[in-house]
Amino acid sequence: MADCGEPDGPGNKDDITRSKNEGKELSKEEKQRLRKQKKQQKKQKERKNEKSETEKEKTPVSLLPPPRPVATQKAPSALPAPASAPIPVPASAPFHSSPAPSPADKPAKSKAELKAERRARQETDRAAKQPGSSSSGIKTKVPLSELNPVVKRLPEHVQVDDPAVVKRLAKKLERQQIPLRSDYGYKVSLFSHLHQYSRKAPLTQQLSIPSTVIHPSIVRLGLQYSQGIVAGSNARSVALLHAFKQVIRDYTTPPNEELSRDLVNKLKPYISFLNQCRPLSASMGNAIKYIKKEISNIPSQCKEEEAKTKLLTCIDRYIEEKIVLAAKAISKYAIEKISDGDVILVYGCSSLVNNILCEAFEKSRKFRVIVVDSRPRLEGREALRRLVQRGISCTYVLISALSYILPEVSKVFLGAHALLANGYVMSRVGTSQIALVARTFNVPVLVCCETYKFCEKVQTDSFVSNELDDPDDLMVTRKGKTQLENWQDVSSLGLLNLVYDVTPPDFVDLVITDLGMIPCTSVPVVLRVKNLDQ
Amino acid sequence: LESLICSKYFRTQVRQDPEVPSAVAAIRTLLEFLKRDQTGETILGLRENLTQTIRRLEEADSSVAVSSGGELFLRFISLTSLEHPDLSQCKKVMVERGELFLKKISLSRSKVAKLCHTFIKDGAKILTHSSSRVVLKVLESAAADKKRFTVYVTESQPDSAGRQMADKLQNLNIPVTVVLDAAVGYIMEKVDLVIVGAEGVVESGGIINKIGTYQLAVCSKAHNKPFYVVAESFKFVRLYPLNQQDVPERFKYKADTLKAVEDLAEEHPMIDYTPPSLITLLFTDLGVLTPSAVSDELIKLYL
Repeated sequence: MADCGEPDGPGNKDDITRSKNEGKELSKEEKQRLRKQKKQQKKQKERKNEKSETEKEKTPVSLLPPPRPVATQKAPSALPAPASAPIPVPASAPFHSSPAPSPADKPAKSKAELKAERRARQETDRAAKQPGSSSSGIKTKVPLSELNPVVKRLPEHVQVDDPAVVKRLAKKLERQQIPLRSDYGYKVSLFSHLHQYSRKAPLTQQLSIPSTVIHPSIVRLGLQYSQGIVAGSNARSVALLHAFKQVIRDYTTPPNEELSRDLVNKLKPYISFLNQCRPLSASMGNAIKYIKKEISNIPSQCKEEEAKTKLLTCIDRYIEEKIVLAAKAISKYAIEKISDGDVILVYGCSSLVNNILCEAFEKSRKFRVIVVDSRPRLEGREALRRLVQRGISCTYVLISALSYILPEVSKVFLGAHALLANGYVMSRVGTSQIALVARTFNVPVLVCCETYKFCEKVQTDSFVSNELDDPDDLMVTRKGKTQLENWQDVSSLGLLNLVYDVTPPDFVDLVITDLGMIPCTSVPVVLRVKNLDQ
Repeated sequence: LESLICSKYFRTQVRQDPEVPSAVAAIRTLLEFLKRDQTGETILGLRENLTQTIRRLEEADSSVAVSSGGELFLRFISLTSLEHPDLSQCKKVMVERGELFLKKISLSRSKVAKLCHTFIKDGAKILTHSSSRVVLKVLESAAADKKRFTVYVTESQPDSAGRQMADKLQNLNIPVTVVLDAAVGYIMEKVDLVIVGAEGVVESGGIINKIGTYQLAVCSKAHNKPFYVVAESFKFVRLYPLNQQDVPERFKYKADTLKAVEDLAEEHPMIDYTPPSLITLLFTDLGVLTPSAVSDELIKLYL
């Protein structure tokens, strides 16, 4: 039971604030105490809310025609739950506080419960439409939380326009002693729920030197991410794994701690820091999940040196299997699809697609490549450089010339940032446009993606979860004049620099993965098979 | 010497029972080979021999079904190699499993017919293409269920297989009309549904079938008529064509043509590829599937 009474009093609170001000890392006990205090404060607040809500809500509920008297008793107790939805207390609490109905009604109660839940759902929808109700009504499905105590939440990085969430994030970062990065510039209203940072203000400027909380290789990695020095899904994951290897090498288990638990806790602030520098990609998320699982599976009797070498070999094997060997397998399948005389269109710079084309050229397939590029990143130039170096004949166009060049094209090869569970392909912005126009011209579209980039997320549009890059990148200086120099002064002007977009599966003909060639709709099957293996 | 025996056995199988699917005949041949094979010393050697036999059978009959049936048989029995280290015992288990597999797939045609004939309503007008034994079985069971329907069959040149189908249907007392391949667009507004067989079902959920099927599918999509495919599960093959040209040459032409003719560009292909977007449902012995579910089944079968 969490109700163990008041903590040891105000004395410990002073200790905690003192150590925070000194910049030391909070000890484990202090962190636990902080957590407990906060939980109890929230519980008290919620109990107060409930009492006031039950008095408020009783009047509108009595107007509803009650089929059974038990149902009305249940409804008001279900209603306070939407008001307290953002508070992470198991929602079974409201049920306990409701008046206990007669034991004779017990079998009938289950039907009444369902009816009450249904009505509660209707009430929350109605309440959410009314002004003055908390915006949390939209976020979490309350009736669901009554059925299972785990409340599912939206991730914090897509709720930037909600001040409660931002405050929570700030508190979490404060606890982990990581500076909070502030947003920059005016955000277009459709994307105001996402972060928008400036490249001129990297997070590392706000860190004290030397930083005792964050490992230096992680600081370097964060800077490389935020400045765009390391870019591209595979490159970022590999860099992350190498940085973690360094962290593990430098790690020593503190006394009275277990490596398997302490190392995972050590990694959490690093991950928050990297997230602040640049939002994590799906591939990085999967890599982190894997590492955490490996660490927590280390048996407790394992010696520290042995455990460390084991972890290092695990990481090496992950990189080797999921990235390097997967690329070889994918090229093997993809080369079957490249025939002599082909004209292949590629977009931007995907390490995997470049690998495939170089391998096909080595196997003396005769084809030529059209590289499509787009501002402001102009990544296609890098791809062009790599291909021309190998001797492949290339053409270079900007994306505005796409419908002009497509009648010549026989196949389109695209890379992917992630493959979502409903078959949508998340990739660099502009990819869905290419897939759409290619479909109109009846040109087959092939997406190449390793299986470690498959993620369980579901998205049907590019708005709900995306990344906003520095809007200053859109400014361009020609003939000494920069047109958008003072864009911040124009109040009605917003610059939007999107990074990703999603392509629906009907535009994609084939996905080439290391498991073979599958249609886009079979991604959930692969995820299911992989989960069975694990 | 062995190759001659194999192809002769295969051909006698096909001749003895014209109703048997070519894949089943191929699998019977492979099973015979397995029983008679004395030279295999290792499991790998045995696999090699079987793969060679399949290739020789493909030379005898180049349809997709033979290659898919052979590959499935190989997969079905080779999983035993992990369990029994002793070769002779392994062989015995392989033969047993092969017989079991054969028995299962011989019943598949009737399973498909049972699933599909409920989709034929009384008074329906059905359009079908060329001669398919599975479609014949479906129509037979629908007629046995006392349903009244009329059938239009395309003539299906260059071998006029449609006419043979029309004769068989007439023997079952089903009213049938033969139409020209070119008249498919003309007749489409009269029909209620289109049912075709398949020589192979590919990973994307599309089918490989007699030339003219793709045209039929495009017309039925334009008229919003349902396009049903009936196929047994051993016809699922690990191909993924992107368009018509992407289908391998060894399936496009008859086996004799492949051997005799030098320049295949002069020859007319015997099959075409119908993409999954034009297919409404596939009836197989694994159940009624949508085209996207085919990949799911294939992953289960092969991975």
